[in-house]
Amino acid sequence: MTTQSWLLLAAFLVVLLATVKPLGLYLTKLMETTRWQPLARLENGVFRVCGIQDEMNWRQYALAVLLFSVVGVLVVYTLQRLQLWLPLNPQRMPNVTPYSSFNTAISFVTNTNWQGYGGEATMSYLTQMLALAVQNFLSAATGIAVAFALIRGFARHSMQTIGSLWADLYRITAYLLLPLSFVFALVLVSQGVIQNFSAYQEVTTLEPTTYGAPKPDAAGQPVKDAAGNPVNETLTTTKQTLPMGPIASQEAIKMLGTNGGGFLNANSAHPYENPTVLTNFLQMLAIFVIPAGLVYAFGRAAGDTRQGWAVLAAMTVIFIGAAVAAMTFEQQGNPVLAKLGVDHTVSALQSGGNMEGKETRFGISASGLFATITTAASCGAVNSMHDSYTPLGGLVPMWMIQLGEVVFGGVGSGLYGMLLYAIMAVFVAGLMIGRTPEYLGKKIEAFDMKMVSIGILMTPALVLLGTAIAVMASAGKATIFNPGAHGFSEVLYAFSSAANNNGSAFAGLGANTPFYNGWLGAAMWFGRFAVIVPVLAIAGSLAAKKRLAHGPGTMPTHGPLFVGLLVGTVLLVGALTYIPVLALGPAVEHLILWAGN
Amino acid sequence: MKALLRPALTLFATLTVLTGVVYPLAVTSVGQLLFPHEANGSIVMVKGKPAGSALIGQQFTSPENFWGRPSATGPHPNNAAVSSGSNLGPLNPALTDAVKARVAALKAADPSSDKPVPIDLVTASGSGLDPDISLAAAHYQITRVAQARNLPAEKVKGLVEQHAVRPWLGIFGEPRVNVLALNVKLDGTR
Repeated sequence: MTTQSWLLLAAFLVVLLATVKPLGLYLTKLMETTRWQPLARLENGVFRVCGIQDEMNWRQYALAVLLFSVVGVLVVYTLQRLQLWLPLNPQRMPNVTPYSSFNTAISFVTNTNWQGYGGEATMSYLTQMLALAVQNFLSAATGIAVAFALIRGFARHSMQTIGSLWADLYRITAYLLLPLSFVFALVLVSQGVIQNFSAYQEVTTLEPTTYGAPKPDAAGQPVKDAAGNPVNETLTTTKQTLPMGPIASQEAIKMLGTNGGGFLNANSAHPYENPTVLTNFLQMLAIFVIPAGLVYAFGRAAGDTRQGWAVLAAMTVIFIGAAVAAMTFEQQGNPVLAKLGVDHTVSALQSGGNMEGKETRFGISASGLFATITTAASCGAVNSMHDSYTPLGGLVPMWMIQLGEVVFGGVGSGLYGMLLYAIMAVFVAGLMIGRTPEYLGKKIEAFDMKMVSIGILMTPALVLLGTAIAVMASAGKATIFNPGAHGFSEVLYAFSSAANNNGSAFAGLGANTPFYNGWLGAAMWFGRFAVIVPVLAIAGSLAAKKRLAHGPGTMPTHGPLFVGLLVGTVLLVGALTYIPVLALGPAVEHLILWAGN
Repeated sequence: MKALLRPALTLFATLTVLTGVVYPLAVTSVGQLLFPHEANGSIVMVKGKPAGSALIGQQFTSPENFWGRPSATGPHPNNAAVSSGSNLGPLNPALTDAVKARVAALKAADPSSDKPVPIDLVTASGSGLDPDISLAAAHYQITRVAQARNLPAEKVKGLVEQHAVRPWLGIFGEPRVNVLALNVKLDGTR
């Protein structure tokens, strides 16, 4: 790893850690406030009109989450299916197909933002802002609300309720996500991220572009020669069509809400989404800032900020290891290309390394770091194409996803996912010393452990079964792009990404087919809600329990011992579940790549 | 259930208006007011006509211009209407073939050069629209460009240096140069 990579990682962590406490305090306030004073009148009005009650038990809370999400899916689906006849469609984009609309609706409602389509060639401005960007806000708010509910479970005792989903959603959206996004969006615009409603702009390029393309006949079908091969014709164009649209507003919440769905196909690699080195740094920061702040808020609400810092330390340890690995393997480059008279060594004049699928302005350091951040969190935005990573460089983002998105993780989902592992860790420790496990003064009992098990095992089951089905089905194999072990990795990455609600891809895989739209849609839905419901059940169960006093036999959960135990639990579950399947993909590919070269 | 349905629908509608209408319109108004050039695509004007965007790469293949990153967009390279990377895996023979062909094309355009080719000049960018090349890739092309334009190499090198961007504080960003800006400048140089 180069000095620059080390310094970039250090700079990122320093700035991130500086935001943890201030944002964490704000989040604590947001979670505990019954009425936000300056805007109380507006809030009262909204709550009265919407018929919002103050408190819910966990069953009501869970039902409300599901109901709200179903409404979201229906609206996003409908808007895509009707976009041709709706306003703000200057490019006359046709209605999206049913399978693709179904997949995208689930994808954005579950905070996955997996994309089987290319944005600039598929979605109207209205669909982007009124369907997709709205879900960027609401799915993020839902995740944070569920984390709030779980935190209340720890903070409260002998109570039946865990807060009100409606009040949480409103406050998180209005007081946290909207103001942060507004400021961030304007910073993005100042750097060159576009924000307009114009039609796509045609410009005359400096040089004409000559290219070959299949010759179409009168009906638009490719003309074939006697042997049945398509006939190519040579074409020349002097025009370039620049995409336009309200991108900055969507870009800001895409990162802050760990959504990751790009307005444009190339996502954050596209210069109109991520034009400068500064926007790239801020985008990386925006992914982690709320997940990190939430961990602090958790410690604060539980009455001991050290508890929050311990969880944050565990996340940071795993993150640093992964980031170092990704940057190191990408900097090593591709030995196959090195033999072709190509110079890929780092110097003062170039970043070198494996530059296929990467942007010059980001080079290896900022691409490798971004890839680790976006997969450690369940963001899934990409500023480089993961499919073209070296085998082990690509293994890092894939494994970060497979750990269950608990290393910072998605907004809300990262914290509640990590707390499942924390409960698991104290349970394991309790078994070792033969005591009833307890965490933050709450006794962990059979019901809680059942729910933890469901929450932790659901996504691996979806990933492994989904991958197995896809590589056995001809429809699953038909759209694999790269040959050999890498093709298997594409399928494995797709199901890992969908079930863990990440949304990034080994994008060579042709996923816009009924097979993948359907199966990945199902994986996203159950990967989200089959975790959220058990988490809320735990929240309800914990809130109802009494709080136990610290005794001499209580295991402290704020020191290095617990941090080590937590890291060990996460890595062990991730390793035991996925090493066999990773051996078939990236490991084999790595051995072939280096043995032959 | 019924008690949940009313807030589900009304709150959804309220938040949709707030985040899907009010918010993007507010960002557009303020953005257009404060940063009109950036908000509309950072368009570069040549002789009074829009000739591209400072942020979007263009296709260059003639010897007198600096060439940019290879682009994997279809049906032609640097098609800004459909951004895309190649998604070729490291062992894919198609990647090896593509890099071989690009190396050959660069050598053919400058037979005198026997230096190894900088990696970014023969690998497709992530977006297919990368506006920059590394400084190494620019230096590699100076001799060819200078010869084709009948300019002293020192002068071309000076222009590259003028447009060069280096990592800020040695940490942020990579050594690079914007290809469109460089070629526009060259066209104005005698």
